[in-house]
Amino acid sequence: MNIIIGLLSGAAASMGFGGGFVLIIYLTVFLNIDQITAQGVNLLFFLPVALVSIIIHQKNRLIKWKLLLKLIPGGILGILLGTLVASAINVDFLQKIFAGLLVFVGFRELFHKKK
Amino acid sequence: MKKFIMGALCGLLNGLFGSGGGVAAVPMLETANLEAKESHATSVAFIFILSLATTLSYLLGNKLDFDMAWSYIPYGAAGAIIGAVLLKKIPNSVLRRVFGAVILFAAFRILVKP
Repeated sequence: MNIIIGLLSGAAASMGFGGGFVLIIYLTVFLNIDQITAQGVNLLFFLPVALVSIIIHQKNRLIKWKLLLKLIPGGILGILLGTLVASAINVDFLQKIFAGLLVFVGFRELFHKKK
Repeated sequence: MKKFIMGALCGLLNGLFGSGGGVAAVPMLETANLEAKESHATSVAFIFILSLATTLSYLLGNKLDFDMAWSYIPYGAAGAIIGAVLLKKIPNSVLRRVFGAVILFAAFRILVKP
């Protein structure tokens, strides 16, 4: 089972689908591991998997480094802020709003018109 | 400035919910005139850097189970090779539709969570 889950999560992560959803669901729903431990395992899993992906994506010239560099400072600041806020308030409601936004984006991507 | 805010939003989502920044990064990158597959590849690199920061904070909180992670990593790396080759080959339009279905599924899971 580890082989199938590892392969699936790795492929999804590499394609930018957030491989976390495969591994975290498997760990929490099927193995009854708590959410925080599962998130930690997913993080550790993602780092080497992403590194392999980045090397291949780079060979295929799919990574736009100039744009990426501009995103990083805000990204780091956002993480710090988000972690602080998450420990101070209950984020369940915020997460539902976020999910509502995802529904919108999901439908837009699913039914987009081909250019 | 727009890029700074885009980055901050993705980081904020990741910090708040522990994940989700990647899902937000892909459509945001598409608004910066990237092709779908470029957005996906660039988002992986971006989330990799954000995850380094998050891993550090988990490490300090002693919340990491290395043994459990290691039991998946070799297969994950093999999967990554398959995924990366697929990403190069898949048409942008198909990629967008599959991604749309995946995030609808993710949204559904959050909405029905007790």
